[in-house]
Amino acid sequence: MEFQGYRRKTGRVGIRNHVLVFPTVVCSSEVARMISEKVPGTVYARHGGGCGHVGEDKEQVIRTMLGICGHGNVASVLLVANGCEVITPDVLTPELDKIGQPYAVVSVQEDGGTPGCVEKGVKLATKMVADAAKLKKEAIPVSELMVGLECGGSDAFSGLTANPSLGVMADKLVALGGTAIFSETTEMLGCENVLAQRAADDKVSKDIYRVIADAETTAMSGGVDIRGTQPAPGNIKGGLSSIEEKSLGCIRKGGSSKIVQVVKYGERPVKKGLVIMDATAADVMNNTGLLAAGCQLIVFTTGRGTPVGANIAPVIKVSTNSVLYKKMTPNIDVNAGVIVDGEGTLESVGQQVFDRVMATANGELTKAEALGHREFDIHFRMIV
Amino acid sequence: MKPKAILIDTKDNVATAFQDLKAGDKVTVALGGKQVTTALVQDIPFGHKFALADIALHAPVMKYGASIGLATAAIKAGQHVHVHNMESQKGRGDK
Repeated sequence: MEFQGYRRKTGRVGIRNHVLVFPTVVCSSEVARMISEKVPGTVYARHGGGCGHVGEDKEQVIRTMLGICGHGNVASVLLVANGCEVITPDVLTPELDKIGQPYAVVSVQEDGGTPGCVEKGVKLATKMVADAAKLKKEAIPVSELMVGLECGGSDAFSGLTANPSLGVMADKLVALGGTAIFSETTEMLGCENVLAQRAADDKVSKDIYRVIADAETTAMSGGVDIRGTQPAPGNIKGGLSSIEEKSLGCIRKGGSSKIVQVVKYGERPVKKGLVIMDATAADVMNNTGLLAAGCQLIVFTTGRGTPVGANIAPVIKVSTNSVLYKKMTPNIDVNAGVIVDGEGTLESVGQQVFDRVMATANGELTKAEALGHREFDIHFRMIV
Repeated sequence: MKPKAILIDTKDNVATAFQDLKAGDKVTVALGGKQVTTALVQDIPFGHKFALADIALHAPVMKYGASIGLATAAIKAGQHVHVHNMESQKGRGDK
């Protein structure tokens, strides 16, 4: 099975052809926005990072920025610097050179303040858009597709309809040699054993136990009890009998394949198949981590309804119930609520999600893309 | 017709109610060629589970193709499966 996509000089594969205007720090983010708004065909990434990072946090932000700037969906990137930040373009460009990603740089401090920087940036970005338009699509095997799996605004149906349907899609993709990544480590608490039993090797098994234990420690350092009350009284009233059941409802979106690798937030997997990313459950930051890891698109289940998309990639929205679908039809691509209505099964909705993934890979816009949703945020723990 | 319940994995020994079900209801669930009909012996509220087959004391309760805990009593097919007759194997500092 193949799709029509872009094979980049970096060796990476894209399903979109974006020119990204990327501020290296929050201080230059408005200048980047001004440039992007003046140049149709560009996308922009507002974020709060770039300065004040130390240690592992700094590594995480750099890794994420590189993953986004060098992404397969990004034809070229215009880095918009302020000039005195921690993560200046000089921190990013050696790696972009190494992988062969086209880029250009402008600086607020060096290029004449806001007006000069905008003027220079607009010229550069206009040329980049023209160059990107010359790139041609080609047939690419589905094994080069990497899909991020996400759930946000969950409800009682999430674990029964939408998440298991995504699992069906993920199993199909993995069987075809592709890659699926699920994350949200705090939602894996309680099913360490189940996940570890599915580890491809001993290293993966140890990594699974380690990241889940770390997530628990981090959560408990906040002084809150996250496990003693799991499931919460409301969950029990709703029918959930154990933390295993609650967590399995979340992780079922990954399907039932062997887990081949555990990666950090924004880290690119080296193996194909089902991958766990150790990352926050906060939806937009999680999406950004999945994209930085190389996912060309995200499939996102929602029970309560969330409109978020992403700036450099399509997000396919799957509703867990038909009431939500009726309320937010303009935002929802696939309704897994048909399973409850007797108009579909896990298999049929799973196939529908898979078909939508392929259509999206071939260029069909998702609802979030068509509506202009371009949410983006980088996860980091502190600024000093 | 609206299904009364859902079976999520063929390895499961419980199904989950999609609507409030009554004792005496006959409920059929199907997945991947497996089909099970169960006569409910208790009322099962929406979102709650019932046994598709007898589950022995201390045997795993299977949902999502994995154990979600162990039976703390012998459970008959059609019975409500919840915190009164099963328990988590995780986070049990008291055991």
